[in-house]
Amino acid sequence: MTVSTSAPALKVRRKIRWKSFLPFYVMALPGVIYMICNNYMPMAGIVIAFKNLNFSKGLLGSDWAGLDNFKFMFASRDAWIITRNTLLYNALFIVLGTVLAIATAILLNEIRSRVMSRLYQSLILLPYLMSWVIVNYLVYAMLSADTGLINNSILIPLGFEPISWYNTKTYWPFILTFCQVWKSIGYSMIIYLSSIVGISQDYYEAATIDGASKWRQIKSITLPLISPTVITMFILSVGRIFYSDFGLFYQVPRNSGTLYSVTRTIDVYVYNALMQSSDFGMSSAASVYQSLVGFVLVVAANLLIRKLSRENALF
Amino acid sequence: MRKSNESLAWQAAAHIVLFLFAAAALIPFVLLIIASFTDNNTAMVNGYSFFPEKWSLEAYAYIGREWRTVGRAYLMTIVVTVIGTAGSMAITSMFAYALSNRELPGQKILMFMCIFTMLFNGGIVSSYYMYSAVFQIKNTIWALILPNLLMNAFTVILMRNYFVNSISPSITEAARIDGAGEFHIFARIVLPLSVPILATIGLMSAIAYWNDWTNGLYFLTERDGGHLYTIQLVLNKINENINFLANNSEIAAQMGPVSLPTTTMRMAIAAVGILPILAAYPYFQKYFVKGITMGGVKE
Repeated sequence: MTVSTSAPALKVRRKIRWKSFLPFYVMALPGVIYMICNNYMPMAGIVIAFKNLNFSKGLLGSDWAGLDNFKFMFASRDAWIITRNTLLYNALFIVLGTVLAIATAILLNEIRSRVMSRLYQSLILLPYLMSWVIVNYLVYAMLSADTGLINNSILIPLGFEPISWYNTKTYWPFILTFCQVWKSIGYSMIIYLSSIVGISQDYYEAATIDGASKWRQIKSITLPLISPTVITMFILSVGRIFYSDFGLFYQVPRNSGTLYSVTRTIDVYVYNALMQSSDFGMSSAASVYQSLVGFVLVVAANLLIRKLSRENALF
Repeated sequence: MRKSNESLAWQAAAHIVLFLFAAAALIPFVLLIIASFTDNNTAMVNGYSFFPEKWSLEAYAYIGREWRTVGRAYLMTIVVTVIGTAGSMAITSMFAYALSNRELPGQKILMFMCIFTMLFNGGIVSSYYMYSAVFQIKNTIWALILPNLLMNAFTVILMRNYFVNSISPSITEAARIDGAGEFHIFARIVLPLSVPILATIGLMSAIAYWNDWTNGLYFLTERDGGHLYTIQLVLNKINENINFLANNSEIAAQMGPVSLPTTTMRMAIAAVGILPILAAYPYFQKYFVKGITMGGVKE
């Protein structure tokens, strides 16, 4: 008895529910289709690395190559160089970037004049707005062997020999680090500043009454209270340590062959193997190597963050 | 007395250090602009300088003569930025709105699909293969709009969180009782209440499209896609040609004089490329900073 009356009622409710949800599915549809095309199909496309890709046969029709592509890649010296460069540069950027961004954020917070504080902030953030192509032009204006500012207006007038910057490896770790910090410091500075601004003034007032020096206040109040943000940012960048900024390493050294051993990272290697040599085997092996190791690192970083501060974890 | 001295010293130190950082950020742009107004021979002989011996408008006159190329690249940049940003905002906000409905069956699965794209990707090569061999977007305008830039999981989740936290369910519920359809509620009630986040995310998207050169690098060839070059791609192409000639001097000698833009002309094209951003920066800076702090920690 009860079953016969409730069953149709349930059915009716179900029907109405689905109909009322339909608009939401329609709204989600373009996004879902885009994710499938832009993200999930390339994930499946990882099989390219295990195939001998033949364009006329297509991806599915090409012969399997097993792990040959990976064997070739890891047998070359390049595999070691690009891994080393990617890891070392990123490690350097993370440490230096974090220290300088925190320092500038603390100093910016000290500035009383609102106008000046906004002006400094805007100017330091400006490079973040520029593309790496533009940065390439700016660096070239400084370093070009014939017309660059540093050779012509600094080294020669001071009696030094001009330097052929784009052909000398020694300087590039510094140049690349400088460019990376120059472009990204404003961004991280603003993140740390917003964390500092969130600290209650009461702490500082109490510390001042107790006679604590400014330095002491920074060490004992500011730094400990922004440390959750710092740690989260730090772990997230470590999670992305296997990905390099393609723009920085491709544009700024102007793809100069003599500099490859100090400027080539995984992303640049993949680009050159794919677009210059059309070598699908090597490039896909390198790119899948990056995706897989990158995945492990990102997941590990997120698990760590989840332990430390749940609300900042991605999942 | 000691206190105020200490505070004064800190103020001074902060001003000095920040002034140096700000100057370092600004100076390269100043040099770029001055270089573009330098006489080409002066630049060749003395190098770029903040105080060139001879000024010249020749580089800009050249851009005027070559407006067919530079102007078209400008137009392409604007078209791509406008279409891309509008499309991105539409897709992102609709998807985020659907995800903000916790009662939607399958919402958790969609959310996972979204987050998973932030953890794992197929890499550049398979993405390149899909877009060029399967979707055939090479040398079409879609090559500049579709790959990677149109929607990213991160902004979807930011916007979804905004909808969840800032749009009261009682407002949408009231509209529903009045008989308003879901699309009507979304377009007429939810979106107008979300202007701050729409402005922020739209701005971030517009900057990404304006500055993008990687999609063109992968999917446009000069011969068949050169007419689609944006200003960034024109600048990149000039560099590629110069690097090619510098690295292959025999070929360069055989080719004889090629009509490459001179050293000051290149700076002028770059200056023209950044000018709109510099001019608009003071007006959108507030939203830009907001976008950074909002995304901040998670990016």
